[in-house]
Amino acid sequence: MPQIMVEKLIKTFQVAERSTGFMGAVKGLVHRKYRTVNALDGIDFSLDQGELVGLIGPNGAGKSTTVKILSGIMVPDSGRVEVMGRIPWKERIESVRHIGVVFGQRTQLWWDLPVIESYQLLKDIYRIPDRQYKNHLDRSVELLDLKSLLDVPVRQLSLGQRMKCDLAAVLLHSPKILYLDEPTIGLDAVSKLAIRDIIGRINREQGVTVVLTTHDMDDIETLCRRVIVINQGKIFMDGTLQQLRSLVTTERRLIIDLEDSAVSLSDPDAELIKQEGHRVWLRFDPAKITVPELIERIAKAHPVRDLFVENPPIEEIIARLYGGAEQ
Amino acid sequence: MINAIKLWGRYARQAVRSQLQYRASFIMRVFGQLVLHALEAVVILALFDRFGSIRGWHLPEVLLFYGIAHISFAVAEGTARGFDIFSRLVKSGDFDILLLRPRSTALQVAVSDFQLLRIGRLAQGAAVLAWGMLTVNVAWHWTHLLILLSALTGATCMFYALFVFQATASFWTVESLEVMNMFTYGGVQTTQYPLEIYQKWFQRFFIFVIPLGCVTYLPVVALLGREDAIFHSPVWLQSAAPVMGVLFLLASLYLWEFGVRHYRSTGS
Amino acid sequence: MKPYWAIFKTRCAVMLQYRTAAVAGFCTQLFWGLILVMLYQALYHSSSGPKPMTLPQVISYIWLGQAMLLVLPWSNDRDVIQMIRDGGVGYELIRPVRLYGMWYSRFLATKVVPMTMRSIPIFLIAIPFLGLQPPASAAAAIAFAIAMLFGIMLSTSIVVCMNILFFWTVSGEGLSQLLMVFTFLFSGTYIPLPLLPDWSQPLVDFLPFRGLMDIPFRLYLGQLPVRELPRLMQGQCLWIIFFVLAGHLLLRRGLKLVVIQGG
Repeated sequence: MPQIMVEKLIKTFQVAERSTGFMGAVKGLVHRKYRTVNALDGIDFSLDQGELVGLIGPNGAGKSTTVKILSGIMVPDSGRVEVMGRIPWKERIESVRHIGVVFGQRTQLWWDLPVIESYQLLKDIYRIPDRQYKNHLDRSVELLDLKSLLDVPVRQLSLGQRMKCDLAAVLLHSPKILYLDEPTIGLDAVSKLAIRDIIGRINREQGVTVVLTTHDMDDIETLCRRVIVINQGKIFMDGTLQQLRSLVTTERRLIIDLEDSAVSLSDPDAELIKQEGHRVWLRFDPAKITVPELIERIAKAHPVRDLFVENPPIEEIIARLYGGAEQ
Repeated sequence: MINAIKLWGRYARQAVRSQLQYRASFIMRVFGQLVLHALEAVVILALFDRFGSIRGWHLPEVLLFYGIAHISFAVAEGTARGFDIFSRLVKSGDFDILLLRPRSTALQVAVSDFQLLRIGRLAQGAAVLAWGMLTVNVAWHWTHLLILLSALTGATCMFYALFVFQATASFWTVESLEVMNMFTYGGVQTTQYPLEIYQKWFQRFFIFVIPLGCVTYLPVVALLGREDAIFHSPVWLQSAAPVMGVLFLLASLYLWEFGVRHYRSTGS
Repeated sequence: MKPYWAIFKTRCAVMLQYRTAAVAGFCTQLFWGLILVMLYQALYHSSSGPKPMTLPQVISYIWLGQAMLLVLPWSNDRDVIQMIRDGGVGYELIRPVRLYGMWYSRFLATKVVPMTMRSIPIFLIAIPFLGLQPPASAAAAIAFAIAMLFGIMLSTSIVVCMNILFFWTVSGEGLSQLLMVFTFLFSGTYIPLPLLPDWSQPLVDFLPFRGLMDIPFRLYLGQLPVRELPRLMQGQCLWIIFFVLAGHLLLRRGLKLVVIQGG
C-alpha cells in the first residue's frame, strides 16, 4: 500500500494580466483580464514509505504546486491524492500533523526570537509531549551541532545555520513524511554536506519518506535513488537516476592521466572532449565499444598513469532533457 | 483549550518582552497615548461645559458610554493585533506556514501578537467609566454591574470581530484595507456618545448592519432605566443585546474560514 | 514640453494605482465628518443662548477641517528617519543650511500633493450636499487661500522639527508624539477652537497651531474680518521663523551628535 498516491492531478491558476502604460492603467480601473495557467496537467505517481525521491524540473514546472497539494495547503481542481490514507486538503489538521515541510528560502522560525524559544513555541503548537521533545531536541542538537546556536535570535544566523535549525525544528514532532523545498540553496559546501548527511540519515535510520525538490544535482546524486522529472505540469520521467541518464544519452566518459603530456591521443571509437596537460577527457558509447576494450586499446598505445570512468555530469543531462522537452 | 491558553501566554510573554525591550521608548509612547486620550476626554468636558447636555443626555451618562467604548476597544486592539497586521502575512506568502501546522489558522493568528501599548487607552477608559459611575444618577445594584459587564464583553467581542473582518479581506485583495478603519476607529468614535443623538439612518446602520449599538447603547439604556427612544425596545431585549457581539464574532470567524478556503484554492 | 508631459503621464499612472487607498481615505473622512456634524447638530439642538459660532458655521468648519486634514504636521518621513537612525545623515556634512533646505522642500512637496488630492473631492461633495457653505465673500476666499498657504509653510516647519527630533532617540520620539497630540487639539481638528472654554482662548491664541486650520477657516467663514489678515499672517510668520530657527539649531546639534558618536 503506497504511502502517497497521486492520480490525474490537475491544477490551474488565473493570473491577472496587467497592461502597461497609461492607457493600460486606466483600462485596469474598469476591466481586469485573466490568463489561465495550467500548473499541473495530469500528474500520476505513488511513493512507498521510506522512499527518498528527488523532484526536479525547470522553474515554473509545477514542483512547488505539487508539494503544496500533497501537504494539504492547496486544493487542486481535480484528481485524487491520498497521503497515509487521507486526502490532504480535506483533513488538513490531521494530515499536517504527520508531515514536515522545510522551505529553502523561507524559515518557519520566529525572526526575533532565540532558536530555542521558537522550538518551545512549536512544542506547544504541535502538542509534543515533554519527553519526546527533549529526546528529539537533544538528538538534533547533537547531529547538527546546534548547541551554540540555541540562544541566538534567528535573524542573526547565517543561511547554513538557519537551515540546520529549520531541519531540527521540523523533526521535533516526528513527521512521517518530509517535504524539503530546495534545502541546500545558497549554502556553502560544508553546510551542504552536513544537510545532505542528515537527510540521508533520517531517511535510512527512521524510515522517514523524503520528497526533495532541488536544482542541485549533487543533492540528487548523493541522496536520491528515484527521480521524478516534472516539466510544464506533466511528469516527464519517473525512475532511477540511471534511467534518467540513459534517457538522454548512454554515453560515458573516460578520463586518463598519461605519463607523457606531449602525446596526442586519438581513437576511432572515442571522441576527445579536452586535454589539459597530462589529463585527457574522452567521450564514448559503451554500446559501440565496451569499457574494458577501450581501456585496453588506449593503454596499449600509450603509457597510462591513472584512469577513471564516469557518467556525464548530471547538469548536462538535465539541460539536454529540458532542452529536448521544449522541442 | 488549556493548550491554547498556554500558547497565547507564551506568545504574549514574548511580545511584551520585546515591546519592553526599549523601556524608555515604550513608556514614552504609553504616556503619549495617555495624553492623547486624556485630551479627547477634555474635549468632551469642554463641549458639555458650553452646551450643557446633548439631546437630553447629561455628562455622567455620556461618560458611561465613553468608558465602555474605550475600554472594550482597547482590549480588542491589544489582543487582536495579530489580525490587525495579518495582511502582510498573506502578502509575503508566510500564511502557508500557518496552514502547515496542526492548529486552526484563526487561533494561530489570534494568539500571535499582543500590544501592551493599548493599556493607555484602557486606563483612560477605566478612569472615565469610574468617574461616570460615581457621578451618574443610579442606585448601583449588582444587576447593574452585570449589565455593565455584559456590555463590555459584547463590545469587546464586536470590536475584535471587526479586526477579524478586516484581516479576512486580505484573502481577496492585496490593497490596503484602510476603509475598514471607518468601522473600527469610526465605531469607537460613534459609540462613545449615545446612539440616540445621531440621525435615523446612522442609528439603523449601527444596530442592524454593524450592531455596535446593541452592545453599548441598549445595555446602558437598560442600566440607566431610561426609555429607548429609537426602537422602544423592552428592557429584557436591551439587557440581552450584548449577545449580538458574540454572534458577530462567530460570524466573523465563519467568514475567515471562507477566506482561508478561497486562499487555498487560488494559491498564493 | 514632451518630457514634462511624459513625466506627468507616468506619475498619474502611478497615482492611479493608489486608487483604492485614495478612495478609502476619502470614505473614511466623509464618515468622520458626518459623525462630527451629527454630534454638533445634537449639541446645538439641546442648547440655547449665544454661542461663539452658529451651527451652520460649525458644520462648514468641520468640512473644511476634513478637506484640509492633511495640512497637519503628522507625516514622519521614514526615509529621513532611517537616515538619522543609522547615521547615514552624517555623510551630509555639508552646512546644515543646505540640508535643512533640502528637507524643507521635500516635506513641503510631500504635504502639498496629497493635500490637494484629498481636498478637491471633499469640496466637490461637501458644498452641494453636506452643508459646507461657500466662502463669505471673494475677499474671504482669497484671505483663506493665503492663510492656508502660510499654514502649510508653518506645518512644514513644524514637521521638519519633529523629524529632526529623532536624532535624540527616546526624548525625541516622546516630544514628537506630544507635539502631534497638541496639534490635534489646538488646531481645530477635533473641536472648533472658538467652542473651547472662554478662559482657554488666550492660551489657544498664543499657541502656533491655530494658524494651521482655525485661522484660515474663520477667515473663510467671515468670522474673522479680512482686514485682520495681515495681523494674523504676522502671527503665522513669527511661528514659522521660530520653528525654522529651532529646526536649524536642532539640526546642527544633531549632526554634531552623529559625528561624535561615530554614526
